[in-house]
Amino acid sequence: MTPLLQVNNIEKNYGARLGCKDVSFDLYPGEVMGIVGESGSGKSTLLNCLAGHLEPDTGEVLFNTRIEGMRDTLKMSEPERRMLARTDWAFVHQNARDGLRMGISAGGNMGERLMAVGDRHYGQIRTQATEWLEKVEISEERIDDRPSAFSGGMQQRLQIARNLITGPRLVFMDEPTGGLDVSVQARLLDLIRSLVRELGLSAIIVTHDLAVVRLLADRLMVMKSGHVVESGLTDQVLDDPQDAYTQLLVSSVLQV
Amino acid sequence: MSEYNFAYLDEQTKRMIRRAILKGLAIPGYQVPFASREMPMPYGWGTGGVQVSAACLMPEDVLKVIDQGADDTNNAVSIRKFFEKTANVETTAATSEATLIQTRHRIPEEDLTEDQILVYQVPIPEPLRFLEPRETETRKMHALEEYGLMYVKLYEDISQHGQIATSYSYPLKIEGRYVMDPSPIPKFDNPKMEMSAIQLFGAGREQRIYAVPPYTKAVSLDFEDYPFEAMKADGCCALCGADHTYLDEVIIDDDGGRMFVCSDTDYCESRRAAGHVGAQATPQNQEAAAS
Amino acid sequence: MIEIKNVSKTFTLHNQSSTSINVMEGAKLSVKPGQCVALTGSSGSGKSTLMRMIYGNYLTQEGEILIDGVDVVQAEPREIIELRKSTLGYVSQFLRVVPRVSTLNVVAEPLLQIGVDAKVAEERAKELLTRLRIPQNLWQLSPLTFSGGEQQRVNIARGFAHEYPAMLLDEPTASLDAKNRETVLALIEDAKTRGAAIIGIFHDEAARDRVCDQQIDVSIFTPKAAA
Repeated sequence: MTPLLQVNNIEKNYGARLGCKDVSFDLYPGEVMGIVGESGSGKSTLLNCLAGHLEPDTGEVLFNTRIEGMRDTLKMSEPERRMLARTDWAFVHQNARDGLRMGISAGGNMGERLMAVGDRHYGQIRTQATEWLEKVEISEERIDDRPSAFSGGMQQRLQIARNLITGPRLVFMDEPTGGLDVSVQARLLDLIRSLVRELGLSAIIVTHDLAVVRLLADRLMVMKSGHVVESGLTDQVLDDPQDAYTQLLVSSVLQV
Repeated sequence: MSEYNFAYLDEQTKRMIRRAILKGLAIPGYQVPFASREMPMPYGWGTGGVQVSAACLMPEDVLKVIDQGADDTNNAVSIRKFFEKTANVETTAATSEATLIQTRHRIPEEDLTEDQILVYQVPIPEPLRFLEPRETETRKMHALEEYGLMYVKLYEDISQHGQIATSYSYPLKIEGRYVMDPSPIPKFDNPKMEMSAIQLFGAGREQRIYAVPPYTKAVSLDFEDYPFEAMKADGCCALCGADHTYLDEVIIDDDGGRMFVCSDTDYCESRRAAGHVGAQATPQNQEAAAS
Repeated sequence: MIEIKNVSKTFTLHNQSSTSINVMEGAKLSVKPGQCVALTGSSGSGKSTLMRMIYGNYLTQEGEILIDGVDVVQAEPREIIELRKSTLGYVSQFLRVVPRVSTLNVVAEPLLQIGVDAKVAEERAKELLTRLRIPQNLWQLSPLTFSGGEQQRVNIARGFAHEYPAMLLDEPTASLDAKNRETVLALIEDAKTRGAAIIGIFHDEAARDRVCDQQIDVSIFTPKAAA
């Protein structure tokens, strides 16, 4: 099987300060990978390098494109990369306000991605947007409301719908449940999980919440000070951690 | 005349503006940045259009200035006087006699010819501006032809009003490439943009010039199931009886009485001179009416 | 079906002055299709550890653990995930599920994961829940609100939803009443009949004697001269 994403030796420095270094991994279709680590461990830097928001100093990010097979996304021209970002890729921000247009209705937010790939039929755009609202459990009547009138959890669900409406194959998520209260988190986790399964998505999820990765991720990568200190099957890394830092991280979680 | 260079601007400035105009003509719909000068009038009064006109004017030109279709409103009068004084060119109100027409918010009803130039005054040249505030981002969107966002505006219109309610500054795609703001002309005028004359657009405050060469394709954006419609008020001109022109609504008393009249005053005049009579007008020329 | 050769396991506790605890050495066993092997030994002798190593949940330092030809010790995470989806089932003592998901879906999920039609999966889930006496009015609720015994039965139903060729059972009959214990034992016997290879931990000796063909005392794998 060909990996969907192949990451080789990514390194990113901010001047003299290390962002992340020596990161390599393969992600296969349908796989969900979690990246955990404390604040400043380089996990968000890595995610942004992978998603094309930051340019790494060295390394390759190969993506199995639909037409041309494996392509290094870092060497793609900007139009190609932007095209990829609005078709086969999706990025879910921690803060829904970064991923939504707050002055535009929920339907317009979802429709934008469709119109960006050439949809020019209002009725069809509207129908798809309505379907997706239902999938993310937002009432159909809210389609013409602006996201600023939505609760935090609804905004996050709308952001997910906006991202998934064009049928991407790879989703990047940066702390998707951060800043939400626990009951809302549980609902969102359940939603993400079932969508990932139904649509056969691959996903890379950055979080500092070990409970989130246990529920969502097949595989786990633990980062500390810009380096990957341990990686493997999620439950194996959490239940039988090998690295000193991972052991500390796992034992530091408060039990409820 | 001796106190001004011809048409107010110095020759170097006019050359700079002409270069921008030529570039604009070469890339239809593309916004060319230019070093807009201070003009002896405030921004919003047509400083961009005036600079473009100044760069195009020749001593033998005949100038017409329109504001909202009329030749006798404040903005039109002041700009016409400005060029009478600084360029000493002949001016006219008749569309067919003019070689250069500067306009604000209208395209004349009468078809323009290959010998004419139409200069628009533009307040905000960027059609994506109200959706995406970052200039760097909108430039990139034009460069990469990412116009999905433009349709979001139309989508929002339909979802809120049941139809595309944008009635002026209605965006067009020029020659299949750049999406352009036609300046705040009513969308009724959009179909006229595929014309024989050269169309130039000047935005003074925003420092942009763009152009549509003659016979260039200009397609108003729309949805397959909500096609573009050039709209005007229902009714006929009360003075000349025309039912095919863009109409202004005029309140005539304190009891809600109103009438519709042609927004293009020159066109209305010439129709009346030719004997057309509207519902609330008396024949202007008895002999013409009788003949 | 399940083949374990010369397996050893060490825990290194980096945060407690890097203490190394060698808990298992030279473990070996083999289970054929249709066979059930019981792991025995006193508490702390490593029964659950070995079970978790077989499931890939604990990392194995040395040796081979072959399940249907796949070596769990060397396998890539995605291979283990694939193995767990299609070949290797595990009924643990604890139920771990996403909050808010209904019991019916919890049980049907292993089938949905391998692409079984949603209707068929739901039917199978209903059948198992009925057999394990979970009242129908609880099916739409999350099992997290259930009693310990009910949770255990939901867990068993989930474990038996897909007919795995290899199964690991950790105390499947603990905290069950006589009727349900009987049902679970019948499920195990059914699985054996269809050819599943099973490894189990049973404290319930009568149950162990009834379903198991072989017993292995894991304390013989415990290193004698532990550091």
